[in-house]
Amino acid sequence: MKRAGFAKRAAVLAAAAVLLAGCGGTTKDNSGGSSGGGQTQTTANPNAPTAKDLKITFLPKQVNNPYFTVAQGGAEKASTALGEQFKATGPSDADASSQVTYINTAAQQGQNALLLAANDSNAVAPALKAARKQGMKVVTFDSDAAADARDVFINQASSQEIAAGQVKLISDAIGGSGEIAILSATANATNQNAWIDIMKQELAKPAYANIKLDEIAYGNDDDQTSFQKTQGLLQAHPNLKGIISPTTVGVAAAARYLDSSSYKGKVALTGLGTPNQMRKFIQDGTVGSVELWDPAKLGELAAYAAVALSSGQITGQQGEKFKAGDLGEYTIGAKGEVVLGPPLTFTKDNIDKYNF
Amino acid sequence: MTAIRELGILIALAVVVGVTAIVNPLFLSGQGIRDLLLNACLVALLTVGQTMVVITRNVDLSVGSVLGLSAFITADTFAVNPVLAVVVGIAVGALCGLVNGALVGLGKVPSLVVTLGTLSVFRGLDFMWAHGRQINAANLPDGFLALGSGSVLGVPYLVIITLVVLAVAAVHLGSYRSGRELYAIGSNPEAAVLVGIPVGRRVFTTFLVSGTVAGLAGVLAVARYGTVDATVGTGLELQVISAVVVGGVAIFGGSGTVAGAALGALLLSTIGSALEVVHIAQFWQQAITGALLIAAIALDRGVALRVAARLRRQSRGVSA
Amino acid sequence: MKSLLRWESALFVLLVLVAVVGSAATGGSFLTGQGAFNVGSDLAVVALIAMPLTLVVVAAEIDLSVASVLGLSSALIGMLWNAGWPLEAILPVVIVVGAVCGAINGFLVTKLGLPSLAVTIGTLALYRGLAFVVLGDQAVADFPDSYTQFGTTPVPGTWIPYSIVLFVVLAVVFGLLLHATTFGRAVFAIGANEEAARFSGIRVKRIKFILFVLTGAVAALAGIVYTLRYASARADNGTGLELNVVTAVLLGGVSIFGGRGTIGGVILAALVLGGLTDALILDDIANEVVKLVTGILLLASVFAPAVTKRLRGATP
Repeated sequence: MKRAGFAKRAAVLAAAAVLLAGCGGTTKDNSGGSSGGGQTQTTANPNAPTAKDLKITFLPKQVNNPYFTVAQGGAEKASTALGEQFKATGPSDADASSQVTYINTAAQQGQNALLLAANDSNAVAPALKAARKQGMKVVTFDSDAAADARDVFINQASSQEIAAGQVKLISDAIGGSGEIAILSATANATNQNAWIDIMKQELAKPAYANIKLDEIAYGNDDDQTSFQKTQGLLQAHPNLKGIISPTTVGVAAAARYLDSSSYKGKVALTGLGTPNQMRKFIQDGTVGSVELWDPAKLGELAAYAAVALSSGQITGQQGEKFKAGDLGEYTIGAKGEVVLGPPLTFTKDNIDKYNF
Repeated sequence: MTAIRELGILIALAVVVGVTAIVNPLFLSGQGIRDLLLNACLVALLTVGQTMVVITRNVDLSVGSVLGLSAFITADTFAVNPVLAVVVGIAVGALCGLVNGALVGLGKVPSLVVTLGTLSVFRGLDFMWAHGRQINAANLPDGFLALGSGSVLGVPYLVIITLVVLAVAAVHLGSYRSGRELYAIGSNPEAAVLVGIPVGRRVFTTFLVSGTVAGLAGVLAVARYGTVDATVGTGLELQVISAVVVGGVAIFGGSGTVAGAALGALLLSTIGSALEVVHIAQFWQQAITGALLIAAIALDRGVALRVAARLRRQSRGVSA
Repeated sequence: MKSLLRWESALFVLLVLVAVVGSAATGGSFLTGQGAFNVGSDLAVVALIAMPLTLVVVAAEIDLSVASVLGLSSALIGMLWNAGWPLEAILPVVIVVGAVCGAINGFLVTKLGLPSLAVTIGTLALYRGLAFVVLGDQAVADFPDSYTQFGTTPVPGTWIPYSIVLFVVLAVVFGLLLHATTFGRAVFAIGANEEAARFSGIRVKRIKFILFVLTGAVAALAGIVYTLRYASARADNGTGLELNVVTAVLLGGVSIFGGRGTIGGVILAALVLGGLTDALILDDIANEVVKLVTGILLLASVFAPAVTKRLRGATP
């Protein structure tokens, strides 16, 4: 009896809602969208003295990821060299909204600058905008936030170089023809999606006409999930000859699975991997080569950019230049993006030279 | 009675595997079967301890955290001594189980709350110990990693270990008085006390076993996955309880077998792999698992009601 | 009853402690201004859902699917928004869907007589799975300022988040429902002794069903709050939140066996948990300590009454 009355009430509400829908209201098309959070444009003063004792917070995607631990080391080294106060914090999971509390905390603590690798470019935007209103500078690195919510984005390498490099590496490994798959991180990661889009464009070129992309799987930057997704890919596509995994967690998990399975040696793997995680697999031949950049340098550059912003030497506009210690001088590109440099390829020959 | 329940799971398993194998024969290849069994191993191992706990009308929500804590400490200890590492891992699990058991069995405090609390405490300890580090396959001895993926006579080591633990538990529950007493405790705790069963001690032991098994599972997780950080095992408790319930163990206690629970784990894990293979979006997996869980509970309830009704009719017939 | 009041006093003391720690870390801005706004926004979602869940637990049931209903409602908002629906229509529809989810829980528990712990673990997976089916892996973020401002700006002239205003309203509603109506007394009776309650004429099944429906609807409402606060509709929003909500309810002194508890205790517990998390982060204390402390608090909440009983000589 109660259920019938409830069902009736639910139906009435739903009908009312549909009627309301017909009358118009705030929809995607007519809502005018969300506003930007831009700060007032001040002019940059490249000759301004570098401020000291700035309070910098380092906020990675999550605190358990060795890639970010290395980046943190670089950022800390640069901050200390410049005489700033550095601290690192962060969530233990890479959920979209986990970083918001930490961003709010940084703003409340009166931090001058935030170095952030965003889990979700939009979920952190409102908090970033609020923090910037209070005068905090925001430098994103590795994974960008919404462009109007941050001052500068340090990109590890140009997305074009990374993606094209990955495609070339797998093509070389499988002899130029065959089926491949991509094992990505989370479906929302800005960097992943940017790279994957370019990879698809590359694969459309005549040079790669004999290579077919079967599937894109998401390992969510979780080791076990990536491990099992690799299994799934190999079973679902019996003719798979190669896998690209542009995420350090994914490529390490995929390598481990291949190493212990009957697919070892038959399926090629490349991706973005750290030398320490991949050393065993490159040396025993499971993986031919991987690419990466030096996350320490990435962190360093982010720190230098943050200090330059806080000192007023740059404001994040295209064309501005700033010095980054022993990394040299960098120029800001379009939409506030700075590129660290070309990616490094690690093979059997050079992998022992690196320790991260 | 329970044999029929296990048969039901086996049939469901056969259907899932059969249909998937038709779509993609690789599913039943040597590598495929090895993968299926290996994927289910850790959860199946955990269901052994959880079954014993649930039979006594309790629940252990901390198993995921215990596994994670043990896994990291094990991985760290490898730098010192491989054998010691394995021992330490299991010991960590036992210690956690001891804490749970003392709080629930002797303190007579509801297990749902206690293990919810220890879930956080153990995970917090794990993070504090790990300090943001991650241990990679390169830091672990090859022999140990081979344990995670190698096999003898085609059967993976992990599967053998799981089956051994399963067998020991099954025999204990089925044939030993202390095992059968667990069912009595779950069916009617007050009556169990009146009959003279040392309820507190038995419940304590079930949690000790659950923790120890979780510790062992932590060691094996290191071997299987090779990469360990403080988040290993997060969320595993819900998978384990789902497996146990699908496997026919009543959440109100008093019935169920470890064999059924292990089969439940195998079924749920196989469905996950099967969906991948037949190209059904992974998104459906959770929804299907949930629906299956509800169906299993409803089925068990329906069966339990029928049995109770039949028993009532029988007893009425006798007393007439 | 006395032990309950004692526990609530303990919670209150704890709350004051949290406020002190937080203020010390931020030079006072923890309780005022932006700081208070942040803390309030952070704890609002858990606090909202804890309100109806209190009644569920007092009735000796439990609902672990609340975070999945939150996720499903968030996913629905995203999907319908992309389909061009106006927000004015989406929001009520989402709440109705939440109520339906609750009704399904209620049906399984009351009509089929299934244990709520197991059932809601099943619906936890089912509803979360449906959230992914509805929205997939994408995140929808282009909601208009006119709506997201409810999540990011306070009530004009104050630092109170709108979500806290909503929470206060629900706290009053559920507080009155539980403590000042026959309905509430019936809920206590059901939790204390279901058989006796049924024999005294209380419509146990109907009441439990209503409780589950209310929980589902409020969880969906929390999903709206969550989505607008982060301006991001995702199927995985709120994953794992059910443990926080249950912790808040249990920490508030509600007995897992049913029949005892107060809304006031749960409100205090929600404030303590939310405030503690933020205070520790502000103090740059790693969040593993937060986990540890949350767990210990929960254990303390269940041991304190047991210990005080033992000390007084009564058998537990």
